Amino acid sequence: MSAPVSLKPHRGAATQAEAARKGAPSGAAASLEVEGVSLSFGGVKALRDVSFSVAPGSITALIGPNGAGKTSMFNCISGFYKPQQGTIRYNGEDITRMHPPHRARIGFARTFQNIALFRGMTVLDNIKLGRHAHLKTNILDAFAYWGRAAREEMELRRDVEERIIDFLEINHIRNMPVAALSYGLQKRVELARALAMHPRILLLDEPVAGMNREETEDMARFILDVKEEWGTTILMVEHDMGMVMDISDHVVVLNFGEVIASGLPHEVQGNAQVAEAYLGAGEPAAIKEKIHKRASVA
Amino acid sequence: MLIGTAKHSYRADEALLTTSPQRLWMAILLIALALAPLALDNYWLYLACLVSINVASATGLNILTGFTGLVSIGQAAFMAVGAYTVAVLEARTGLPFLVNLVVGGAVAACVGLVVGLPSLRVKGLYLAIATIAASFILHFVFVNWQSVTNGNSGINVTPASLFGVELTDYVHLYYVFVPITALMVLGAANLFRTRIGRAFIAIRDRDISAEVLGISLLRYKLLSFAVSSFYAGVAGGMWAYFFRVVTPESFPFIYSIFFLAAIIVGGMGTILGGVVGAVFMTLVPELLRFAVEWLTTIFPNAVTALSPIRTIVFGALIIGFLIAEPKGLAEIIQRIRRFFHLWPFRK
Amino acid sequence: MSDLLFFTEVTLAGLGAGALLSLTALAFVLIYKATRVINLAVGEIVMLGAYLFFAFAAGLGLPAWVAIVLSIAGGGLVGAILERGLIRPMLGENPISVFMVTIGIGSVVVGLVELLWGTEPRALPAFLGNQPIFLGEAYVSRKIAIAFLVSAVVIAGFVLLFRFWRGGVALRATASDQAAAYSCGINVPGVFSVAWIIGCATAAGAGILLGSIGGISPAMGVFGLSALVVVIVGGLDSIAGALIGGLLIGVFEAWAGTYLGGEYKIVTTFGILIAMLMIRPYGLFGTTEIERL
Ligand SMILES: Nc1ncnc2c1ncn2[C@@H]1O[C@H](COP(=O)(O)OP(=O)(O)OP(=O)(O)O)[C@@H](O)[C@H]1O
Ligand SMILES: [Mg+2]
Repeated sequence: MSAPVSLKPHRGAATQAEAARKGAPSGAAASLEVEGVSLSFGGVKALRDVSFSVAPGSITALIGPNGAGKTSMFNCISGFYKPQQGTIRYNGEDITRMHPPHRARIGFARTFQNIALFRGMTVLDNIKLGRHAHLKTNILDAFAYWGRAAREEMELRRDVEERIIDFLEINHIRNMPVAALSYGLQKRVELARALAMHPRILLLDEPVAGMNREETEDMARFILDVKEEWGTTILMVEHDMGMVMDISDHVVVLNFGEVIASGLPHEVQGNAQVAEAYLGAGEPAAIKEKIHKRASVA
Repeated sequence: MLIGTAKHSYRADEALLTTSPQRLWMAILLIALALAPLALDNYWLYLACLVSINVASATGLNILTGFTGLVSIGQAAFMAVGAYTVAVLEARTGLPFLVNLVVGGAVAACVGLVVGLPSLRVKGLYLAIATIAASFILHFVFVNWQSVTNGNSGINVTPASLFGVELTDYVHLYYVFVPITALMVLGAANLFRTRIGRAFIAIRDRDISAEVLGISLLRYKLLSFAVSSFYAGVAGGMWAYFFRVVTPESFPFIYSIFFLAAIIVGGMGTILGGVVGAVFMTLVPELLRFAVEWLTTIFPNAVTALSPIRTIVFGALIIGFLIAEPKGLAEIIQRIRRFFHLWPFRK
Repeated sequence: MSDLLFFTEVTLAGLGAGALLSLTALAFVLIYKATRVINLAVGEIVMLGAYLFFAFAAGLGLPAWVAIVLSIAGGGLVGAILERGLIRPMLGENPISVFMVTIGIGSVVVGLVELLWGTEPRALPAFLGNQPIFLGEAYVSRKIAIAFLVSAVVIAGFVLLFRFWRGGVALRATASDQAAAYSCGINVPGVFSVAWIIGCATAAGAGILLGSIGGISPAMGVFGLSALVVVIVGGLDSIAGALIGGLLIGVFEAWAGTYLGGEYKIVTTFGILIAMLMIRPYGLFGTTEIERL
């Protein structure tokens, strides 16, 4: 991958060894294969025979015009929608019918296009919640908050503080209610919550939508760091072509529920069908401009 | 955020009471509770016991409705289950009364699990209505399961006894009920420091995202029902030892609405809210009684108006709080607290 | 008397009671359709309607028809006041909070009625006559038959109103999408008021019928719970559901009450409710709500 020219140098980025010491899952990056997935809502065919795969430890971008079916694909992968046809495999295991919470336990984490933070909780609690599936406290422990429960909560707090809050630079907001945060910060907290899940595969639905330039660059840097330091496999939906071209290893293009192209970023960029899909869907011509401009930068 | 809460360690930061004023006020409260019987006459002790029972049950409902977002209008029916269990155990076995209370809670929790089943299919108002249905069906069971419940005449309960002392005086009951309730409230507060409490809140705020984040809705919705009903069951058990007779009419439908009103008025989704709401709603009818008694000096007939006035004030409090102060008394207390800041430690 | 004849009579009585349930359920549905509020105070408005009639007919000695008109108007007025004063400020709040406000309203109404008229049950002045009616050989109580006819006429009237009257169209538009209705120039707050006025007036009318059959007491508001079951079974936003659900519940209650015993009535009703929630949560004709992430 080419060096992301527009990104700031890492501030205080941990080394591989340091990451391992902090207990981040190392090695064992997960792979994901989507095979012939079809999904329809009544008459609307949201996905038609979609196939693609996500290589372990890579950043794969899923792009396409509005309504192409990207979020629906994510929902199939995280188990909220059940596709009518096709299989989804995680490290070779068929998980198409697996219950969503179980997926979280085996290493899936995601963020949502329309921020889905829990508004009644502080930032810290939202992040802690992400760890839920990996904790063991039972109801009796919880009532007593003694021994195991207290110990587990302390470990969790340390993990969240040192591995996530410091990393994402959200120390100053940890005790704020999420509703009080700016949009960009809310997106960052969502990423934090997903990271707390110790994911082996991370699904990001439009991580930089609605962010300004600086926030976008911060987010891109965090995503790259997650991939590089923790070896997490990342699948990302994003409309910001600049960011997609900069950080992804592989791009899959959806249009009207079908995969119309896939390949390396620069291959997809040159694809006439892709440009047409965006223009045909009434996206401003500026997108095409942008694709070409980024191409010349890269 | 309040200043003056510099974090020394995560442990200190995760404590239930994080500031010195909080700890001071809690200590004062505990001492006051311990010494109260010295100052209270029998009538007020009676009320204090009743308050204690209602606080326990309201805290349970708050876990379900305030924190998990599952509205139940059946809390009194679960109390009835606990009360009947205790009454039957007391009559037919020689088990110690603390065991009876726990069993009462456990049986209520099992019934709660069953009643909670519709929550997997429906939510919001539909669920609320299912709990109404469940409470009427339970009432039917209490009336008709003669061999166990003794039908409409109900069951007399012998007094609980502890270390050979029969708990018939309100003072004795006070010293048993208040610690039990305090432990239950503490347990509830602890619950929300762990993954289970967080899962409940997540389900309330966004249940479908919660599921994708690894929370099994099945397990946690039912768990919330079970915990809430356990609280109701124990409270119902205390009720049985307090009033010493349990009949199908002991726990009318309006009593379920009372608990809902208590957590609305107190503040849903805060432990403090459930407690102050139950205290307030239990005492208001008594205050009204004083007011009406005073009125009889002017209008001799005012006594007959007491019951309707209570009903009106009850409804008006629900409406008033929902419209004017939806976060309840707990929010008012927080505002006062912020106003005084760290008083008395710093100005 | 043959078993079949008896069964027919029981069923007819059930249909009569069911018609009253349908009428009350209609009040729920009207208000729910327009404002998305489940008004648990409907039962208390039913009770209030009966007491207003009592006050006008027995207290002031007005002729029955004047008392009927005044009580129904009184119900509508109460509806207008409640909507304007208590429900509109809650616009946009969590539906459960609004639901609880209506519980509070119910309590206040009960208290006021007790304060004004006392708690003991009373009988309404007879104005429907007592002569039994025979359908073929089957005996039907005259009051129940009249209740059935009136309910049928009123419900038919509403169905026509919904189809053809401009206000009915506005109400349906508001029901399907409040924001869109607003942007089409429909006076949404006006629709809210009208729904509450008509809903509460209907409930008050149902109260007069109910009271003349079974007498009145401040506790008769529990009838609202049965009507609530009806709307859940029929579908909260469906007029047809209210109609059919009401008749169904009425007949089942009559059967259970006669063949199993009076105490089985309520369990039957709520048993049906629970079964319905588990099998078809949004009722026979209700609209299913779709959730998205
Ligand atoms: N629950 C649902 N019910 C009915 N239709 C749905 C549902 N979810 C998605 N759709 C439809 O499926 C199609 C794909 O939607 P999807 O949200 O997956 O698009 P997307 O690629 O994420 O678009 P965007 O870039 O705008 O987020 C759309 O036509 C949408 O209306
Ligand atoms: Mg999308």
